[in-house]
Amino acid sequence: MPPLLEVRGLTKSFPGVLANDHIDLEIEEGEIHGLLGENGAGKSVLMSTIYSLYRPDEGRIFLRGREVHMVSPASAIRCGVGMVHQHLTVVPHLRVWENIVLGEEPRRGVFLARREAFRRIEALCRETGLQLDLHAWTGELPIGLQQRVEILKMLYRGASLLIFDEPTTVLTPQEVDQLIAYLLRLKEGGKTIIFISHKLREVFALCDRVTVLRRGRKVGTIVIADASEEKLAEMMVGRKVFSPKRGEEKPKETVVLAVEHVSTLPERGKALHGLNFVVHNGEIVGVAGVEGNGQTELAEVLVGLRKVRQGKISLRGEDITFASPKERIKKGLAHIPEDRHRRGTVLDFTVTENLLLGFEDEPPIRRGRWTIDLPLLRRFALSRVGEFEIATPGVDVPVRILSGGNQQKVVLARELSRPVSLLVACQPTRGLDVAATEYVHRKLLDLRKEGKGVILISADLDEIRALSDRVLVLYEGRIIGELAPQSDEYQFGLLMGGKSLVAQG
Amino acid sequence: MSLFSILNLSLFQATVRMSMPVLFAALGGMFCERVGIVNIGLEGIMLNSAFFAVFATYLSGNPWIGLLLGVLSGVGWGLVIAFLTVKYYGNQIVVGTGVNVFGLGFSAFMCQRIWGSRGASESVVGLPLLRIPALERVLGENTVFVYLAFLLIFLSHLFLFSTHWGLRIRAVGESPQSADAAGINVHGYKIVFVVVGSAITSLGGVFLSLAHLNFFAWGMTSGRGFMGLAAMIFGKWTPLGCFLASLLFGFTDALQMRLQALGILPAQIILLFPYVVTILVLSGLVGKAIPPSDYKPYEKR
Ligand SMILES: Nc1ncnc2c1ncn2[C@@H]1O[C@H](COP(=O)(O)OP(=O)(O)OP(=O)(O)O)[C@@H](O)[C@H]1O
Ligand SMILES: [Mg+2]
Repeated sequence: MPPLLEVRGLTKSFPGVLANDHIDLEIEEGEIHGLLGENGAGKSVLMSTIYSLYRPDEGRIFLRGREVHMVSPASAIRCGVGMVHQHLTVVPHLRVWENIVLGEEPRRGVFLARREAFRRIEALCRETGLQLDLHAWTGELPIGLQQRVEILKMLYRGASLLIFDEPTTVLTPQEVDQLIAYLLRLKEGGKTIIFISHKLREVFALCDRVTVLRRGRKVGTIVIADASEEKLAEMMVGRKVFSPKRGEEKPKETVVLAVEHVSTLPERGKALHGLNFVVHNGEIVGVAGVEGNGQTELAEVLVGLRKVRQGKISLRGEDITFASPKERIKKGLAHIPEDRHRRGTVLDFTVTENLLLGFEDEPPIRRGRWTIDLPLLRRFALSRVGEFEIATPGVDVPVRILSGGNQQKVVLARELSRPVSLLVACQPTRGLDVAATEYVHRKLLDLRKEGKGVILISADLDEIRALSDRVLVLYEGRIIGELAPQSDEYQFGLLMGGKSLVAQG
Repeated sequence: MSLFSILNLSLFQATVRMSMPVLFAALGGMFCERVGIVNIGLEGIMLNSAFFAVFATYLSGNPWIGLLLGVLSGVGWGLVIAFLTVKYYGNQIVVGTGVNVFGLGFSAFMCQRIWGSRGASESVVGLPLLRIPALERVLGENTVFVYLAFLLIFLSHLFLFSTHWGLRIRAVGESPQSADAAGINVHGYKIVFVVVGSAITSLGGVFLSLAHLNFFAWGMTSGRGFMGLAAMIFGKWTPLGCFLASLLFGFTDALQMRLQALGILPAQIILLFPYVVTILVLSGLVGKAIPPSDYKPYEKR
């Protein structure tokens, strides 16, 4: 039997980038096929081209042995191909049901057949066990549920080949487990799935076969039984990958950040209640917790984006409770925001400009009083791009066109290339490939070795435990306890679930 | 003089009449913005259609042909704007401003050539009254426009919120990437509805020159296209909202004329009324107005 999808010699280039170079790919009916590769390897472009969002320069696509010429997503949908994009494509101000039927609306005469739509979607929800409030405004749902809208959208169109582009990057660990279970269920139901992820654990849990891309080329396809984490990592990166280890040095006695009894109001998020902790020089303090328990708000308070109602924050002994973000930056606070699109980058600015944000008015980039030293800036940008291995056609292209992981690297490069005394890192490796993750981890450990303070907020407990000296657990806006990183997972689980080990008043 | 000599049925009727040009502009602008194009050029489109309507009536002696040509000029401008902003990713503000400046200069120039005066044209036959006695008791005697406007509001509302086209329009305006990924022809929708919006707007111009004054005068729209934009924002980009907001503008306009006739305030101050209301409306009385789109050109690869 011919494979469900066969791609031959697919090539796609953008000005200055060869994103896909003669790629061959075969997807068998009923399998879950993993697609791996470094940031910028061309995974998203390959999938978007198969989904006909992009037009290929060359190459042929066969479905069940028959060549197809798809010219737009509409024809891909008609051929039974569906895709959940890396950056979700739901319309925020439409209701959930409207998003699901969009493009394939049931009609009665010239009108939308609302009742018919509901009947069909509800049947689908029952069948798949994906529950949703169909009347809700889509933009108000948490990301996990918005993704569910996307999945239902595909299934509603009767897609049989489902493409998931990094679906787990935006999810909490609990949601990831749920998604994995759903995907396995879909496979049992006869669907074929292409699954992109940087997390090898997920790939091993799901996939039957894996294809690896590197720099736009295909490295190979292997059956998962023949693969090991090391081997896959090596195929992706072209060399062995080591996870860096925390050194033995003890944190210093000096306090770099002191947070005393800090509380906030529950505006646009969770309230924080009486937070009390310090970070020493040469120390990484991890903040763990189920997402949505105040992590975002804690970071915002520290960097000056959220008002403190009570309490005091001091950085190296100076009171910064009411300092503006800019003053805090000047005093040596760096911040890797969790949402790189909203807080980390200006998507339409160039790579250079994004690397400059926040210290455009400081020497040596500022030359004299009014001007920016452009040659120096350019050299600076080029050196950042080189050091952080940012895959980009140049430093003068907008950040928007970089792959997701490379956008993240731009933020990192900016924040880590100025003198810092404290780094607030939120989900710093979200969406990064194994090599880049290794790189970031090493950077964080370097800061620690240099005697700086680091606060690491992450949804990835393994990451926190591997890097931190101490771990604070947040629950409902309170620090419910502190653990050593080597404490067992059961203890972490208890605390994160809100059950304190020592009864607290 | 009692308050009732100002606030009476005829003031209401004048309000409805004077809200017409603003309403057509608001509805037209709404369709453009719903697919993600800011149409600053409403004023210029109206002025041009007012001119072409008079011109065609002048040549043919038939105001219906005038109406037709007026609307066709709106379609023409719609096509120009759509191609420049959608196909060639032109800046919407620049294109719209161009339309306004061109409209003002072009109509003056043509007026001069045809009638020998930059200020005004000769009078032409206006559109006849549409007699619907039952409605006339409330609305007064009206041309086809008032009834057409009510019909348009009703139909636009149904169209936007109860048909699949409406759903797609809203998706295209708010998030073209998502609409594209859902298999919708984004550029097609944008082009069609910029043209539809411009055509509706041109009805406002034809109203001014064939139902209100029966001649063309230089700059006769006097900012009503911009008031349409304000009414659209005040009306939160919905047909009913546009209608209510336009009534407010129509009311200030009608009141202004009434007070002027009574001569109780200096004319210059009274003439300011509609504009002051525009500024008040735009500067916060609206509350938070979240546009349905970010108005960026959508490039497909
Ligand atoms: N619209 C675009 N215009 C120009 N270049 C692009 C565009 N989209 C992607 N690229 C380039 O193509 C290359 C492949 O990008 P792609 O998004 O496929 O990477 P990826 O493998 O999905 O990476 P990630 O894991 O970071 O998401 C990158 O170098 C990127 O900069
Ligand atoms: Mg990608």
